[in-house]
Amino acid sequence: MLLISCPWCGPRDETEYHYGGQAHVPHPESPADLSDEQWAAYVFYRDNSKGPFAERWVHSTGCRRWFNVLRDTATHEVLAVYRLDGPRPAPPQAGGNR
Amino acid sequence: MIAQPLPEHPDFFWRNPEPRSSYDVVIVGAGGHGLATAYYLAKNHGITDVAVLERGWLAGGNMARNTTIIRSNYLWDESAAIYEHALKLWEGLPAELDYDFLFSQRGVLNLAHTLQDVREGVRRVGANRLNGVDAEWLEPDEVAEVCPILNISPRTRYPVLGGTFQPRAGIAKHDHVAWALAHRADEMGVDLIQGCEVTGFLKDGNRVVGVETNRGRVLAGRVGLAAAGHSSVLAERAGFRLPVQSHPLQALVSELHEPVHPTVVMSNHVHVYVSQAHKGELVMGAGVDAYNGYGQRGSFHVIEQQMAAAVELFPVFARAHVLRTWGGIVDVTPDASPIIGTTPVENLFVNCGWGTGGFKATPAAGWTFAHTVATGEPHPLNAPFALDRFTTGALIDEHGAAAVAH
Repeated sequence: MLLISCPWCGPRDETEYHYGGQAHVPHPESPADLSDEQWAAYVFYRDNSKGPFAERWVHSTGCRRWFNVLRDTATHEVLAVYRLDGPRPAPPQAGGNR
Repeated sequence: MIAQPLPEHPDFFWRNPEPRSSYDVVIVGAGGHGLATAYYLAKNHGITDVAVLERGWLAGGNMARNTTIIRSNYLWDESAAIYEHALKLWEGLPAELDYDFLFSQRGVLNLAHTLQDVREGVRRVGANRLNGVDAEWLEPDEVAEVCPILNISPRTRYPVLGGTFQPRAGIAKHDHVAWALAHRADEMGVDLIQGCEVTGFLKDGNRVVGVETNRGRVLAGRVGLAAAGHSSVLAERAGFRLPVQSHPLQALVSELHEPVHPTVVMSNHVHVYVSQAHKGELVMGAGVDAYNGYGQRGSFHVIEQQMAAAVELFPVFARAHVLRTWGGIVDVTPDASPIIGTTPVENLFVNCGWGTGGFKATPAAGWTFAHTVATGEPHPLNAPFALDRFTTGALIDEHGAAAVAH
């Protein structure tokens, strides 16, 4: 089970959270102007990186707030936790954020 | 005392050749689908100048990790057609390959626990029958006749309200399926090359002309990707995107037991599916772990939930023990249906997105993907499963019949 540090509540078990998929995917500013390909890219296509991946989690059974996690999808190591309005941090050196 | 000499090593099932510098067709991934593709390229299309490149060892990915369930009771016409084609091929393959891989048509029960489940199941049975797929709707007492160890008491948290039953469905010994396909493909001249990772693609403009590997450059007239959980990684190296997400999917077995479980039981609502292997292990799988993962392992609470569901459905399992658990990497599409067809790169084809249900489709995936690679055009069975359906909107939503939470 993953141990994830909520930015507000601290480290909690994965079972307290729900997953929200890739982070930093903005809603298109004017969807009506998009081609079918551009709309499909927004609706159906997400990065599927092997390695560091910025993703959203929500602390469902805690503060119920959304935040972002930078996690290595190959090792499942949590590399960084940051607020939704923060920029994606650079992947830290080996050892993560411990 | 003189030690007994060891017996002669039995014949190997396939050669282990060095990769040659060039092939007509290179298939990436020697799992079930890659091997079936190579087999049908040779058998149906006479294309034997084929290499199957495998990063790890033959059939060591999801082909070794699935729960071996075979069925074709999918909702939509397109899915019923391709999965039923697979089931018909399964019925002939042991004889055709001259290999008894313990294909056992013991039926599959898909349980309903809510009114919505019941409606979906009854509808799916009707759709299946219209498509020539054997299917029955069973009331709870009929469910108990098929599988007496199931708890159909109305007093459980999620009582069994009925179920769909496909009698021709069943299980097969996955490893042996792979070895049988590998053996016959090898016999027809296909090179199966293990420990050979594709690290890049050689292109002439927008046309693929070969692959870079950790064992050198291999030129190819056509390239087919059959890499399941790693499809996105390969697509990125080839310069295009796939609408798939790779998740851990876990399964487990108990110790050996006397035969107690006569069929296969799947429950979408409580997230468990169970059969009993020929050897006697109870084989169980769960839903996918929610997060993206390439680690071939998942989180333990998923197994806990799966066990809780299994013990409520099968009180007799309470005394069984978990012997081994493992995980695979499944590539899940937005509509829970696979992608088989052309890609934005010329002469590069993809078979992926089978999510949690690729094993059952092994022969049909190979059949249709071989056709696609050989002719450059999809077979009628896989034409609806093209990559462009995510742009046109012609999705094939099988979240109901996929029977596993995606």
